[in-house]
Amino acid sequence: MKTLKDVKVGDTVTVVKLHGEGALKRRIMDMGVTKGTEVYVRKVAPLGDPIEVTVRGYELSIRKGDAQNIEVS
Amino acid sequence: MDIKIALAGNPNSGKTTMFNDLTGSNQRVGNWPGVTVEKKEGRLKGRKDVIIQDLPGIYSLSPYTLEEVVSRTYLVNEHPDAIINIVDGTNIERNLYLTTQLIELGIPVVIALNMVDLVRKNGDVIDLNKLGQALGCDVIATSALKGEGSKQVAERAAQLGAEHKAGQMPSVFNGSVEHAIAHIEESIQGKVNDQFLRWYAIKLFERDEKVTEELKLDKSLMAHIEEHIKDCENEMDDDAESIITNQRYAYIAKVVQSAVKKKHSGTKLSTSDKIDRIVTNRILALPIFAVIMFIIYSIAMGSYPFSIGTIGTDWANDTLFGEWVPGLFDRLLIGAGDVLRVPEWLYALIQDGIVAGVGAVLGFVPQILVLCLLLSILEDIGYMARIAFIMDRIFRRFGLSGKSFIPLLVATGCGVPGIMSTRTIEQDRDRKMTIMTTGFIPCGAKIPIIGLFAGAIFNNSPWIATSAFFIGIAAVVISGIILKKFKAFAGEPAPFVMELPPYHAPSVGNVLRATWERGWSFIKRAGTVILISSIVLWFLQSYGNVNYGVEGASFQFGAVDDNNHSLLRYIGDGIAWIFYPLGWIGDMAWKAAVATVTGLIAKEEVVNTFGVLYNYAGEVDLMDDSSPIWAAVRGDFGPITTYSFMVFNLLCAPCFAAMGAIKREMNNGKWTLAAIGWMCGFAYVAALITYQIGGLFTGEATFGVFTVIAFILLAGVIYLMVRKNPYKEDVIRLSGKHAANV
Repeated sequence: MKTLKDVKVGDTVTVVKLHGEGALKRRIMDMGVTKGTEVYVRKVAPLGDPIEVTVRGYELSIRKGDAQNIEVS
Repeated sequence: MDIKIALAGNPNSGKTTMFNDLTGSNQRVGNWPGVTVEKKEGRLKGRKDVIIQDLPGIYSLSPYTLEEVVSRTYLVNEHPDAIINIVDGTNIERNLYLTTQLIELGIPVVIALNMVDLVRKNGDVIDLNKLGQALGCDVIATSALKGEGSKQVAERAAQLGAEHKAGQMPSVFNGSVEHAIAHIEESIQGKVNDQFLRWYAIKLFERDEKVTEELKLDKSLMAHIEEHIKDCENEMDDDAESIITNQRYAYIAKVVQSAVKKKHSGTKLSTSDKIDRIVTNRILALPIFAVIMFIIYSIAMGSYPFSIGTIGTDWANDTLFGEWVPGLFDRLLIGAGDVLRVPEWLYALIQDGIVAGVGAVLGFVPQILVLCLLLSILEDIGYMARIAFIMDRIFRRFGLSGKSFIPLLVATGCGVPGIMSTRTIEQDRDRKMTIMTTGFIPCGAKIPIIGLFAGAIFNNSPWIATSAFFIGIAAVVISGIILKKFKAFAGEPAPFVMELPPYHAPSVGNVLRATWERGWSFIKRAGTVILISSIVLWFLQSYGNVNYGVEGASFQFGAVDDNNHSLLRYIGDGIAWIFYPLGWIGDMAWKAAVATVTGLIAKEEVVNTFGVLYNYAGEVDLMDDSSPIWAAVRGDFGPITTYSFMVFNLLCAPCFAAMGAIKREMNNGKWTLAAIGWMCGFAYVAALITYQIGGLFTGEATFGVFTVIAFILLAGVIYLMVRKNPYKEDVIRLSGKHAANV
């Protein structure tokens, strides 16, 4: 399973599925990361975590631990 | 009757600017009851009958964050007559997501399509009519920053509110989802307010904890509803919440496609992107961050020619409250021939109690204003979010947020603005944790204490000051690690899913207003909590036993010149036993206890108190140079006792001003007590371990029952730090599912 955590900086991927449940999953979906959304991985923070992605035309930062639950292709 | 209009929108959508634009100076700022979330309310300029209620910036109406719960509770329970929904036109897809939820409430909605100037500049075209039709509400183009359109939006909302006419709800959901929701609507009809039927039906479909709790439907009905949800979930192969979210975004994508024509700029970078490439660059980000922090710190707290905060505070302390105000009262209270116009006690109360006490605290106002100004600018331009992005990795280990760095840094100057600056932290949990730990950092007022003991006992070793800072930081880290495993903090997961808004020039109005609000709330507090506590302590210090020490004489209450004979001395004697395990033994015990109590006014009072208690009557201000009393202190304090005293006073409850700030930010009596209790308890345990175990090595303490207790406490602290987090869900981090508690 390829997750958002594994995506290289500069790549664009499509969200296949969000794993888990509840508050954190809902929050990520509320921010527009839903099935079929294109996500562009823009950069990694200076200390290696979190990452910055572009989704639905805006910038979002997300921890690698949470990105791991976002299955992409 | 008044018309109530709620102002709702995403963070960074220009909501604050619009609110200021609509209400002008007609605002009331407070907190939502019992929570740390700020509440603002005002009346529409030129329309006294229209109340505008600013809701917190939110992305959704889920039950998971405090801000969202506060907003939806207000919308459902308070029934505003209309909603103004501010939508950032440059980020329309995500902004409309909240819109789809607002229109379901059955309250008339007017969309303020904000930042249209930027939309036009980008060459995009948005068809307002099409957008309005697709969402069933009016859309008006605005640019809050330029004051364009705000007035029309408010007028329209007021008109709709007076008519109570909500638009036609669009069909956001389709297929079996719509089918299931319609079924739920049918089965709860009559059990809920008709206006909110759709809202309740969707929330039930999402299995929303809060709504389920609120409605208390009977079991068979819940089972019936659950059946519909299950059917739908099986068909769509997803959970109900996700199904709803997906369909909302799918609907929005369709609407945007038909109403918005984007001019494709291809890969061209915007100015904001270019700035961000440098500012959060992997190599440059940290140095740039350090430089910005240094500049802010120097301007507000430093001691350079350009440190306007310090210059202002020095002036306020030395001139305004040192000469002018006391001089003014002298002129008022002292008549011709140096005769007092008022009783002596009243003169002393005013000058030594109120002016000195309140003045000491108000002296910080210039520093606080400068600091708040600089932080508001950082927030307004969008850098604050980048700080969280850069520092997150370090701070989340201690249960804090990347943004906790600023309060902690500011607290090295003064804890009060430090605690106040926790407001920029979004997560309630991180905010509370930061408030609880900020006071551990040695602030400017604690430096004289460190100076006194470093000089008196430790031969002016620079290691004492260094170790004091280390102890402060260690206290923050240890507290963070221990606290984050407690249920109150671990219960709610803190998702770090944060928007990084585009950089933009700061709005002068917003920045000045935010600065003033924070400064004013501090001044108001000085007028209440601090005023009262200054008077109480002054009384305890100035009155006591006139016959103290006179053989054979009984206790006679009256004003005393020597603090050694004051009520405070009796209190010191009375509570000294509490500190016995910390090694505060013998003649120094009550002095140390009294100094600790007076330190609550302001920490530097500890040094002044020692001056008084050791009968110092010299000319030199002990705050600047405490060397005259070094010898006397050396006679009373052993090295480990000193260290235990320092540890306790650096970590225990902060001064009244800081406690007031904690109360203001926590906005909850229980949490305020918890914070202060935690600090005192932590300080006590740390000082006890320091004395008993440290003293055992140097021979200052002897082995006894408290040594055993010290080892047990040490083991306890270590256990609390290394124990497995009982609430942590390592495997699936996304599975925290508790609703926020308001």
